[in-house]
Amino acid sequence: MSGLSVGMFLFLVSVGMSLIFGVTRIVNLAHGSFYMVGAYLMVTLVEVLPDRPWAFWLALVAAPLGVAVLGGAIEVGLLRLIYHRDPLMQLILTFGLILVISTLVLLVWGPDNKSVSRPDALAGSVLIFGQRFPSYYLLVLGLAPVVAVGLWLIFYRTRWGMLIRAATVDREMLGALGVNVAALYTQVFAFGSWLAGLGGALAAPTVAVALGMDGDVLTTAFVVVVIGGLGSFAGSFISALLVGLLQSFGILVFPAVSIVLLFAIMAVVLIVRPWGLLGRPEE
Amino acid sequence: MALLEVSHIDTYYVDSHILFDLSLTVEAGEVVCLLGRNGAGKTTTVRSIVGLTPPRDGAITLRGRDIVGLPPFRIARLGIGFVPEDRRVFPNLTVHENLEVARRTWGNGSASPWTEERVFDLFPILRERRRQAGGTLSGGEQQMLTIARTLMGNPEILLLDEPSEGLAPIVVETLREQLERLKASGLTLVLAEQNVRFVSDLGDRVYILEKGMVRYQGSMARFLADDEVRQTYLAV
Repeated sequence: MSGLSVGMFLFLVSVGMSLIFGVTRIVNLAHGSFYMVGAYLMVTLVEVLPDRPWAFWLALVAAPLGVAVLGGAIEVGLLRLIYHRDPLMQLILTFGLILVISTLVLLVWGPDNKSVSRPDALAGSVLIFGQRFPSYYLLVLGLAPVVAVGLWLIFYRTRWGMLIRAATVDREMLGALGVNVAALYTQVFAFGSWLAGLGGALAAPTVAVALGMDGDVLTTAFVVVVIGGLGSFAGSFISALLVGLLQSFGILVFPAVSIVLLFAIMAVVLIVRPWGLLGRPEE
Repeated sequence: MALLEVSHIDTYYVDSHILFDLSLTVEAGEVVCLLGRNGAGKTTTVRSIVGLTPPRDGAITLRGRDIVGLPPFRIARLGIGFVPEDRRVFPNLTVHENLEVARRTWGNGSASPWTEERVFDLFPILRERRRQAGGTLSGGEQQMLTIARTLMGNPEILLLDEPSEGLAPIVVETLREQLERLKASGLTLVLAEQNVRFVSDLGDRVYILEKGMVRYQGSMARFLADDEVRQTYLAV
C-alpha cells in the first residue's frame, strides 16, 4: 500500500522528467529539486493559510503551480541559452541548479525538518484486509489513475499533446510548419515541473520535508525513467509502481540489498532492452 | 514586385560554402522549377528560403519584406509552405494528427481556405487512412500527407523538395495531377527536382543550379527546346 503510494510520487516526478527529456532532450538533473520545492511550498502554504478545511486543498493546487512558474522561468532564463551546446553543458547547468536550489531552500526554510499535517478528513486510518492504512494513502492511490488518465487524454486527445508528441520526433519540421517550438519547450518544461511539484506537494504529509529529499527522489526517478524507457509515458507509470513496490517490500524483506536490487534491475533492463521496457529504440 | 525574391545569397553549412551569389524570383501564380543534379544546391536553396539554413549574405524578400534571420515558424506564418525531402511525416501521429498539428492557428484562421475536408478532397486516399499512424503509410501516401500537412497552414507559396523522388511511376503520375490541380487553384509553386519529365508540363520557368550557382534560367518552353542545356547540366 505505501509502496504503491511511493510509486505514485515517483510516477509524477519521473513522467515529468521523461516528458522534458522527450521534447527538449535535456536531462534535467534539477528535477528532484522541483519535487523538493513543491514539498517546501506546501509546508509554507499550509502554515500561512487560515486553519480551515479547504486550506490544505488550496495549498495542494497552489504549490505545484509555484513550481511550474519556477520551472518556466528557469527554462526561459537559463536552459534556452544552451540547447545548441554540448549535452555535457546541460548536465553541468542542471547540476548547478541542484546546488543553487538546495542552498536557496536552506536560506529560506532553514536546516530543520518540516512536516505537513494531513487534512482532518484524511487524518485517520482505514482497515483493509485486517490491516490499518492511513486514509491519506487512499487519496494518493485514488489520484494515481486520475492523473494517469488525465495525462493520457492530454497527450492523445488535445492538440497540445499532439504538438508535444510531434516535437519528440522532429522539432525542425514542426517549426517549419509554423509552430513556435521555443514557446512549446517552455510550456513543456513548466508542465514537467508542475508534475514534480505536485509529487512533492502530495508527498509532503507522508514524509519529513528535509533538504536531502531532492537527491533521493532524483536517483530513484532516474531508475524509473531508465527502466520504463525515456520518453515513454506508460513505461514510466508501470516502472514507477514496480520500483515503488520493490522499495517498500525490499526494505521489509531484505533491507540490506534493496537499493542494490533496484540498480541490479536497471542494469538488467539496460542490457536486455537498452531503450527501456516500453521505450522505442533510437535511430 | 515579385512575390518572392532571392537576391545574391551565400549560404554555408558550418564552414562549407554551398550557395554562391544565388538569385531567383518567383511571381505570384507561377510554377518555378529548380533543376540540377544531386548536390547542386537545390535543397540548400529551399532551406535558405524557409529559414532552416539562413544565408549569411544577401536578401530574401516576400512581397518586399526581408525575411532573412526570422525563425522558421515566423517565415511559415508569413505564407511560405515547406514540403521537405524524405517526407518527414510524424510517424507516431495519425494522419489526422499530422494535419492537426500543422493547422493554421495564427492570423484569421477562419477565413482560410484549406481544411482537413478540402485536403481530403485533393488526396482521397488520406481520408481512408485518417486513423492510421503516419509511419505505416506507403511512400506515396506519406508524400501526399506531407503536402497536405503543409497546405493546412494555408501558404501562398509551396516549396517542394524532390517530391517525386523514390516513388513508383504510377504514384508520380497521380502526384503530378494533384500538383496540377494546386496550380490551377492559383497556388504558387517552387519545385526542386531532378526529374525533368515530372515538371515539364507543370512548370512555367526553370532555373538550373550547378555547384551552388544558377547556370541557366528561362521559360520551360525554351528550356525544353534546348537539348544542349539539358545535356550539359542535367544528364547523368
